[in-house]
Amino acid sequence: MNPALLDRYIAAVLRYRWLVVAAATLVMLAMAAGGRFITVSNDHRILFGEDNPQLAAYDALEDTYTSSNTALIAVSPRQGNVFTRETLGVIERMTEEAWQAPYSSRVDSLTNYSHSEALGDDLIVGPLVEDAASLSDADLDRIEEIANDSIELVGRMLAEDGRVAGLAINFIPPRETHDASVVELNAYLDEMMARARAESPEIDFHITGDIVMQRAFAQATQDDLERLTPIVFFLIVAVAYLILRSISGALSMVVMILFSVGTAMGLAGWNQTVFSPVNAGVPIIVMAITVAQSVHITTMTLTAMRRGLDRMEAVAESVRVNAFPVFLASLTTVIGFLSLNASDSPPFHTLGNYVAFGVACTFVYSMSLLPALLSILPLRVKPSYAGEVTFFDRFGEFVVARRKPLLWLTTIPTLLLLAGIFRIELNDSLPNYFDERYEFRRDSDYIIENLTGLESQEYSLASPGEGGITNPEYLRQIDAFAEWCRSQPEVTYVRVFSDTMKRLNKNMHEDDPAYYRLPEDQALATQYLLLYELSLPFGMDLNDRIDISKSSTRMSVVMRDITSNEQQLLAERARGWLAENAPGLTTEATGLSVIVSHITERNIKSMLRGTVIAMALISLVLVVVFKSLRFGLLSLIPNFIPAGMSFGLWGYLVGRVGIAASVVTVVAFGIIVDDTIHFLTKYLKIRREGRSAADAVRYAFSTVGKALGTTTAVLSAGFLVFAASGFEVSWALGILVAMTIMFAFLADFLLLPPLLMAFDRRKL
Amino acid sequence: MNREPSRARTFHASARINLMLALAGLVSSPALAQDPSPEEIGLAIAYEAAARNDGFGNFTANLTMVLRNRQGQESRRQIRFKVLEVEDDGDKSLFVFDQPRDVQGTALLTHGHLTAQDDQWLYLPALKRVKRISSSTRTGSFMGSEFSYEDMSNPEVEKYTYRYLREEPCGDLICTVNEQVPVDTKSSYSRQLVWQDKEHLRTWLVHYYDRKNSHLKTLVFAGYRQYLDRYWRAGEMTMENHLTGKSTVLNWTDLEFGTDLGDGDFSQAALRRVR
Repeated sequence: MNPALLDRYIAAVLRYRWLVVAAATLVMLAMAAGGRFITVSNDHRILFGEDNPQLAAYDALEDTYTSSNTALIAVSPRQGNVFTRETLGVIERMTEEAWQAPYSSRVDSLTNYSHSEALGDDLIVGPLVEDAASLSDADLDRIEEIANDSIELVGRMLAEDGRVAGLAINFIPPRETHDASVVELNAYLDEMMARARAESPEIDFHITGDIVMQRAFAQATQDDLERLTPIVFFLIVAVAYLILRSISGALSMVVMILFSVGTAMGLAGWNQTVFSPVNAGVPIIVMAITVAQSVHITTMTLTAMRRGLDRMEAVAESVRVNAFPVFLASLTTVIGFLSLNASDSPPFHTLGNYVAFGVACTFVYSMSLLPALLSILPLRVKPSYAGEVTFFDRFGEFVVARRKPLLWLTTIPTLLLLAGIFRIELNDSLPNYFDERYEFRRDSDYIIENLTGLESQEYSLASPGEGGITNPEYLRQIDAFAEWCRSQPEVTYVRVFSDTMKRLNKNMHEDDPAYYRLPEDQALATQYLLLYELSLPFGMDLNDRIDISKSSTRMSVVMRDITSNEQQLLAERARGWLAENAPGLTTEATGLSVIVSHITERNIKSMLRGTVIAMALISLVLVVVFKSLRFGLLSLIPNFIPAGMSFGLWGYLVGRVGIAASVVTVVAFGIIVDDTIHFLTKYLKIRREGRSAADAVRYAFSTVGKALGTTTAVLSAGFLVFAASGFEVSWALGILVAMTIMFAFLADFLLLPPLLMAFDRRKL
Repeated sequence: MNREPSRARTFHASARINLMLALAGLVSSPALAQDPSPEEIGLAIAYEAAARNDGFGNFTANLTMVLRNRQGQESRRQIRFKVLEVEDDGDKSLFVFDQPRDVQGTALLTHGHLTAQDDQWLYLPALKRVKRISSSTRTGSFMGSEFSYEDMSNPEVEKYTYRYLREEPCGDLICTVNEQVPVDTKSSYSRQLVWQDKEHLRTWLVHYYDRKNSHLKTLVFAGYRQYLDRYWRAGEMTMENHLTGKSTVLNWTDLEFGTDLGDGDFSQAALRRVR
């Protein structure tokens, strides 16, 4: 901007300062009024982009069979096993109650398992347990024997040691009112669980399943928005006050935060944005960046006043000097966050867009509201003595004096840290996104340990054609595939259609165990199946396992304690087995677990392009601004390396990382490049006056050292608060970005100056 | 079959008179001295519909069942159907499966009863044996379709209690809306809403509510034709499941009344002769 124009603008803002404050307030209030339209989603599916191929495969499978969400309840008597009149009675009653749950489409439990047996020429199909209270001891023994022998029950509805029984409820919440329906049916489940616990204190109940997770999902969003946001607010304000040592200065920060966050979240509300745990951090990030941006103008105003300038002059000078660097810093941050739109996971688009908008608001308010405030608030400073030497002056001297050893001292740990990247393992698991403060996670862990796994791979196994599922060769192949899966160490349970056919064949031969094998005549097998299907009660049909043309069946492979990578390897081995032993069946595993196991890879791939574009744009901005290709490129070093160092440190300390990893680099890049911009602007100012690199470094430290220290403290404090989140994507993102910001600060202060002094010897 | 309720012959003669009064005075006539209760009107409609179906004797038909899933995939079943009207009891019916090929010749025989459980047998040609289907309710999916046997079976008047709700236009006709609640507590439904036109008491629409009283399925009738100048039969019945998004269409063709079917064609022994 033309300097004279800028001066006239500043003068106008200061003259009409009350008007500026009033206008800004009006704008903010009008925007913030939209905040009430913000909603929180409980649907984990929003994590996946519409063109996600694994999601498409899973949707196709669900459309072919039955789409459903599930809840799984574990019933564990504190003493003995589940085969007592009391415990079976409780399961029977809960099974009935589960049928009453809103949107329930099917209930499977130990008691309503459709047991079939032969009685002369009759096929008797009925629930395994009926009217538990009236059972004799002999009945209980019989039921226990049947259940323990059933490959269809053990590992899913019944723990191997018989101490825990399962109750699975399928739900089909209407797609149009998904969120409200999930809330409604969770309320029903809560009530059902509370009643069961009150009536049966000697039995423990745990509940998990994706439908329950959806509630935890919404809860985590709510927690982060409502609990973390105030913490960050007070923390940031406290840090700002400690560094500025001015109540009015800190107060102006508070006002800036309220205005920027209010405007950004208000717009989100007007756009009816739906938030999820992944992007619940928008207000927190906007706060941190707002303070980081306003610190520059505030600090310099206070410094100028300490030098003896009158308040209006001090504000005017500060705005004049900072307008351009603050604009640049905002621009690069906006570019960084907007590049999140390249992510494959839509919640990151929301995160990027509203933070970017918030940063733009911050810039506008910094150029209008902030100077007006500073000119109104009672700023008081102790005048400093001319020639007073500050900490950053001494630090600048130190860096200039020790530039050579510093270059080495920073390079070696940097390389060591970078090596840690190879220790990173990508891993995502929806239940493990939540930490143990959430009941959902604790119950899930219990159920994994005591009943069954929660990760599953689904296969739609196609037969040669319509009605082909009773083809003996097909049955033999799916049976062999199921057996192979059962022999894999990661697998705890396999649900396969061939087991049903074996059981029916046995029933049709007077329950002779020798006939527990696949029928060899296709017509006979089809007719057995028809008879069995005609005998099944409402809701217990096979339509969720067999497609309508009876040409393919669904097989579920349940796993526990398995990482994303192990899941992919298992799926690959399974594909290999199929290709070799049953080429006709060859298909891909699908399911929620499969989608999640690929989500980070997909996001890293999609973000790679976004990251490269953002970095190229930001570098271009730097080259243009510094009017020098050399400085533009040199400035990239302290900005590229810190993210790598953070991942390295993460690799040494934690190792596993999920979807958050895909966006850390670009989020951090847009923020940390600001430090370099401020530092290099001051450095170049002196260099272009013809003075030495060493002098320029000293000047940069003394002018922006404190402000950069403050912004680093504020930003890293803000992002570190995410560590308190109970949602993995948030805390991993927060900690990684905070680490990157701190590494960037070190790089700008310890690595960049020695580099400048080493490479910038020419006369400018 | 075909869901025209069969009349139980036990009902009282005066019911018919009440019914005529009720139908004549349906809602629109407050002039009637004493308005019958909604339950009485509902029952009267059911009896009248059954009465109009009375005496059809027997008929045979071919049935095509088209199943559709959410993916839009289709699958067909071909079935032959025979039914025999029985005095003072439920009708006897026989399904003979022609397609898919692997179930060709499989036959399902049902002896319906007014209030007792129906008897049901399945003949398996591959085994050359008749198996009794013992399940106490037949509420499950019929051949993987959205119909249960309960939905397809001939509803005896006595198997429900009724409540007349209102009348409203249905297409070009005026329909009565009747709520019926199954007497059998093991039914998979809590209630059904039935739309019947006032003129011929043909059923056009049924809403099925599951045990948690949510609207689970909708059955739409179309293509009514009159046989023997008296009996109306729908040519097409479409059942849609709102929970799963799957649907099934039943197409009735080649209806033939007054065939030479007799009791002997509906015995267990006869099942083996079915081809």
